[in-house]
Amino acid sequence: MAKFFAVTIFVIAIASAIPIIQHTWWLAPDISTHGAPIDEQTSETMAEAGISFLASQIILAFFIWKFSNQGPNAKIRSFPGGAKAMVWAAFLLVGTEALALGVFGVKAWANVYFSPPSANALPIQVQAGQFAFYFRYPGPDGKFGPIHPEQLNEANQNFFGLDTAKDQDSKDDIVTAEMAIPVNREIHLLMHSKDVGHSFFVPELRVQQDFVPGLDLSLHFTATKVGKYEIVCTQLCGLGHYNMKAYLYVYSQEDYDNWLKKEAAMQ
Amino acid sequence: MHDMSAHTVQHHAPTSFIRKHVFSLDHKVIGKQYYGLALVAVMAGMFLSWLMRIHLGWTNYAIPGLHILSANGAPGNVMTPEYYLQLMTMHATIMVFFVLTTAPFTAFGNYFLPIQVGAEDMPFPHFNMMSFWVTFVGFLVLMSSFFVGEGPTLGGWTQYAPLSAVGSVGGPGEGLGVVLWAASIGIFCIGQLLGSLNFITTTLDMRTRGMSMWRLPLSAWSWFITSVMGLTAFAVLMPACILLILDHVAGTSFFVPGNLVINDQLQPHSGGSTLLWQHLFWFFGHPEVYIAIIPGMGIVSHILITNMRKPLLSHRVMVYSMGALAALSYMVYGHHMFVSGMNPVSSLAFSFPTLVITIPSTIVVLMWLGSLYGAKLRINTASLFALGFISMFISGGVSGFFLAQPSVDIMLHATYFVVGHFHMVMGVAAMFGIFGGTYFWFPKMFGRMMNETLGKLHFWLTFVGAYCIFMPFHYLGLAGNVRRYQAFVADYLQPLIPVHRFITVAALLTGAAQLIFLYNLIHSRFWGKPATDNPWEATSLEWSTPTTPPPHNNFGDKVPVVYHDPYQYGVQSSVGDYVMQASPEKVKTAHDEA
Repeated sequence: MAKFFAVTIFVIAIASAIPIIQHTWWLAPDISTHGAPIDEQTSETMAEAGISFLASQIILAFFIWKFSNQGPNAKIRSFPGGAKAMVWAAFLLVGTEALALGVFGVKAWANVYFSPPSANALPIQVQAGQFAFYFRYPGPDGKFGPIHPEQLNEANQNFFGLDTAKDQDSKDDIVTAEMAIPVNREIHLLMHSKDVGHSFFVPELRVQQDFVPGLDLSLHFTATKVGKYEIVCTQLCGLGHYNMKAYLYVYSQEDYDNWLKKEAAMQ
Repeated sequence: MHDMSAHTVQHHAPTSFIRKHVFSLDHKVIGKQYYGLALVAVMAGMFLSWLMRIHLGWTNYAIPGLHILSANGAPGNVMTPEYYLQLMTMHATIMVFFVLTTAPFTAFGNYFLPIQVGAEDMPFPHFNMMSFWVTFVGFLVLMSSFFVGEGPTLGGWTQYAPLSAVGSVGGPGEGLGVVLWAASIGIFCIGQLLGSLNFITTTLDMRTRGMSMWRLPLSAWSWFITSVMGLTAFAVLMPACILLILDHVAGTSFFVPGNLVINDQLQPHSGGSTLLWQHLFWFFGHPEVYIAIIPGMGIVSHILITNMRKPLLSHRVMVYSMGALAALSYMVYGHHMFVSGMNPVSSLAFSFPTLVITIPSTIVVLMWLGSLYGAKLRINTASLFALGFISMFISGGVSGFFLAQPSVDIMLHATYFVVGHFHMVMGVAAMFGIFGGTYFWFPKMFGRMMNETLGKLHFWLTFVGAYCIFMPFHYLGLAGNVRRYQAFVADYLQPLIPVHRFITVAALLTGAAQLIFLYNLIHSRFWGKPATDNPWEATSLEWSTPTTPPPHNNFGDKVPVVYHDPYQYGVQSSVGDYVMQASPEKVKTAHDEA
């Protein structure tokens, strides 16, 4: 039975690794300018974790095979090098691995969070609420009008709580239920939630960021490939959480301008 | 070292049924009560996971009879989205608190810690009794939420604010359901605090003559370390639950900021912080992971050493590693919050200790692997589960490398990758520790052997089944499959539905295999082969009791005296290749560290 167990562990380890090696299921193709270091970091981690996984499982299987059900006269033996060798191995191999991943990972993280958006980044506001995203573009004046939470009313389609009668800056704001952005242009996404916690996740864009009620957060990114993508909520927000999604269209500058014009006309 | 100060807590064997079996002061009865509670809880939790998995595989499938459980939650026997989330929240809460904390820690710990240190009971038997009954009440309060108002809370076991704090306007179960949840967990915390106090004092003050700290078996060490964690972690969760309840019933706004609009209504709250809840919760939540798994490490080491017939490479290194895991577990909790809106610099600050915690984890695994080298490994159900624990711990552990890094976490946070990670490392691995402990200690607890053939069948189905369920979770996560969805409606999730169906079938079969365990447990309890005092030829004090199961005061009239380190195997003595801790026989040992 021990030998069968050893073989089972071996087979499970190899079978588990095959879909990873073949990328049967893998990260969606990256369409962002900041995503490459994240992907690289993920692949490096996979290589190091994968080797640790396979090596440990195979050693476990081999030792079970070799050292079980021995005769009564068999003598126990100690691992050469003893505990000290193991502690050193853990510190040197895993410690170095962990340190290297940590240090290199800083760069990938800093890419996303430690640099401010450029001055000509396109500002777009996104508001999360149970169970939809709404987007706001500042219009020709380039300014967002103020939000009045007490006026926010979905039944009246005042999704952002704007007072277009009073606030000059709000008059030309464009509110949409889907997000469109021009390709190769940096976007400065201004995020807030109107009710509970939500999240903004676009796998292809390599962005995931929670909305925190009470806090205004922001993200900046550049999409490099025209196409239709999905924004999904990843923070449990209530019964409609599974269905909280919106489409993201990455257009050429020309298509984007046309889309914005069309949306402005519909306000 | 103390000279059997246990006589300070002497209480006579009870004679009435109530004092013997219900409100018992005997740590052994309380341990069995905890085990029974965990058994009921795990059946409930697993049943809920079956319902969830069927729904995830076939969303509109009518599950026969489901409307009996909840007419509103399952009209026409088809689960509503909110009912799915309610079942999910209850599954996780039941499993984390009432199974993974109670079974390996308070059940086995209660039964065996006093015996392994050579005491006749815990120092505060009334606290101990109260600890169980308080926990039991906590369980009843939690389960009662199925039957009142709009049912249980749907906010997930993490209960993120402000969804958890705004009341029923947030969704079904977010009013009374949350209050019951928070009350239940607050009560649970009281039980754990009382239990932890007893465990710590038992270890420090109740050790018998000769039982130095370094002579404690690794299982005792693991319960001791866990109890120190329990004392500090639950002490943070309990006030957090109280504040959450106050947000509901007293009009406070600890976790709710101003200007929130729900259902077109401006909420009457202001000034609270939603991230405050996350900090308080995870300050408890990450140590909780280790509260669930460290007893498993101790139990598995204990079983493995007995069946390898040799001690670990180093007893002390194992103890130091478990201690390091416990200490570091308080410094890493922020890795749950990388994309929470917390300052991104904090993410890096939390990332490094999280990566560092892989070092003691690796040492633990290498201690087991290195000790297997040159062993005379005996294969039985207990040792199979112990070895299975190592395999699962490795598989669940390596995915921690990913989630420790904020940049990689951008893609994996809140996906099935995380679900796969924690199910393997604190769910399945911890369950393997519980199963291993059950097969190993059952003879001592009930005086009968469990059926080995059924045990092995149970092991094989569970081991292969668990891999079939939880390894694909990682693949789904890499493909961006978000967790806590009751159905997969996004376009990019459609190709993943067949994987979910595979997992559902595997989960149903693996779940069914647990009925073999249940049958074995009940059948062996009454009709199992009578057990000898020391069926595994083990060394620690629980195998030196004058009777099996042990008498009321554990050791009869003869207080045990300890002469040896806990794991003297591979020696030549009058009884075989081992010498028991309580045996005065002198043998030449190659491994004496004390």
